[in-house]
Amino acid sequence: MNQKMPLETKAWTSDEMMTVSAARSLKNGDTCFVGIGIPSTAAILAKATHAPDLILIYESGTIDTNPSCLPLSIGDGELAQTALTVVSIPEIFNYWLQPGRIKMGFLGAAQIDKFANINTTIIGPSYRNPAVRLPGAGGATEIAGACHQTTIICRQSKRTFLEKIDFITSVGFGTGPGSRQSFGLTGQGPTTVITDLGILEPDQDSCELVFTQIHENTTIEQVLDATGWRLKVSDNLITTLPPTEEELRILRALNEPTAHN
Amino acid sequence: MIRDLSEAIAEFVHDGDTVAMEGFTHLIPFSAAHEIIRQKIQNLTLVRMTPDLIYDQMIGAGCASKLVFSWGGNPGVGSLHRFRDAIQNSWPNPLEIEEHTHAGLANRYLAGASGLPFAVIRGYQGSDLLKNTANAKVIECPFTHEKLMAVGALNPDVTIIHAQQADQDGNVMLWGITGIQKEAVLSAKSVLVTVEEIVETFTPRMNAIVIPSFVISAVCLSPKGAMPSYALDYYDRDNEAYVAWNAISKDRATFLAWLESTIFQIETIGAR
Repeated sequence: MNQKMPLETKAWTSDEMMTVSAARSLKNGDTCFVGIGIPSTAAILAKATHAPDLILIYESGTIDTNPSCLPLSIGDGELAQTALTVVSIPEIFNYWLQPGRIKMGFLGAAQIDKFANINTTIIGPSYRNPAVRLPGAGGATEIAGACHQTTIICRQSKRTFLEKIDFITSVGFGTGPGSRQSFGLTGQGPTTVITDLGILEPDQDSCELVFTQIHENTTIEQVLDATGWRLKVSDNLITTLPPTEEELRILRALNEPTAHN
Repeated sequence: MIRDLSEAIAEFVHDGDTVAMEGFTHLIPFSAAHEIIRQKIQNLTLVRMTPDLIYDQMIGAGCASKLVFSWGGNPGVGSLHRFRDAIQNSWPNPLEIEEHTHAGLANRYLAGASGLPFAVIRGYQGSDLLKNTANAKVIECPFTHEKLMAVGALNPDVTIIHAQQADQDGNVMLWGITGIQKEAVLSAKSVLVTVEEIVETFTPRMNAIVIPSFVISAVCLSPKGAMPSYALDYYDRDNEAYVAWNAISKDRATFLAWLESTIFQIETIGAR
């Protein structure tokens, strides 16, 4: 029914749909290594709705933290004060992430290719002389390597979804089947890419991302136009359930304090 | 042992030094950085996992010729504009970079603190970082023959951290998110610590680290010395200041005006 609804009266934004979809990808009881921004919002939303026992872990060393509001940084006092324990940086990476103790990794990206390799380092052809310098790897490279699964959250456009990205910061499936093993990466890799238009999942044989789920009020032409490679669309394309009233209410309440920061 | 901040900076930080100023979002030693800017110390190799506002300010002020880092953004806000301007446009001077992942840089400190030439991790392989950075090389495990990453030890000339408390003897205690501070301290040749407060005796606290005075070169009393970051149980992170930094730092003239009015007009932030 909502597909007939004109865009201007749509009850939610595409960013809200993306965040809600990301929250739904987390299961109750999962351990999740969370990056700041939309990944953090989605994880806290999941914990406030269907996954109260979700264990949130931030690279600042806070384990099983229960923030009541959205942190602006990964090291806000709120995260330390509501954590089960706080460990040092070498410990969070060496003892917790590296041996595969954390199930889900939630990552953002400035650019992504069809094998879900992601770039958060530079824009332009030259690393030493970039057109735009981005923040870099942080924890992402090892999160992408060692979490059992990763979910990538990224707005979809011709600028972000590219045949060839400018720099591989974190490996998805490299150049295809076998790449992860050859790099010694122990996790399974990206299982879901969630965008403002829909959801992509890797093909089991080729590892190439396939568009499997479309958000309401989005057309497949829009999706193809927003992708820099010949995107494969699943024969069993499904439509994302729109956000529930509860999801939207909690998400908006979470976003309220940071909006006024 | 308990020293004036400006005297300690003059004694322990010199042109051309490799300087690590750590504190992962929490307890960032801003007052010490501002004193380095005021003393116009130059050609520093600055090391920090997250350059944050502290190094954005020092880079813009022309203190650095090289930066060793693993994530260069304004957390939750966006870009570090002085860092970007230095890399993209060499302003105010060219900035050489050595870039790592968080795990890689953390383990460079860990090797340094352990008195070893390198540490071993899984990571970097498949990433373009590997061919663009120094101090990270693929090695073969002598036991399993797996390919692993060796990251070279980091031993700064001086490490500077901020802590909640010191006692009269110059032992230091910090708690909350303690990040990479212990490794940064134990890998350095000299160690300078600014503190919120000097107390008679320490009260035990959850996750606290105590650093004995015999590995510390100088302790300086500097209340609010971590602002606009925070000191757990003393003051909160000034998130508005982090958001406001975006506009201040975006434009060179606005930044220079901020530098003049906020840093150079003030004698010293620390207590004497």
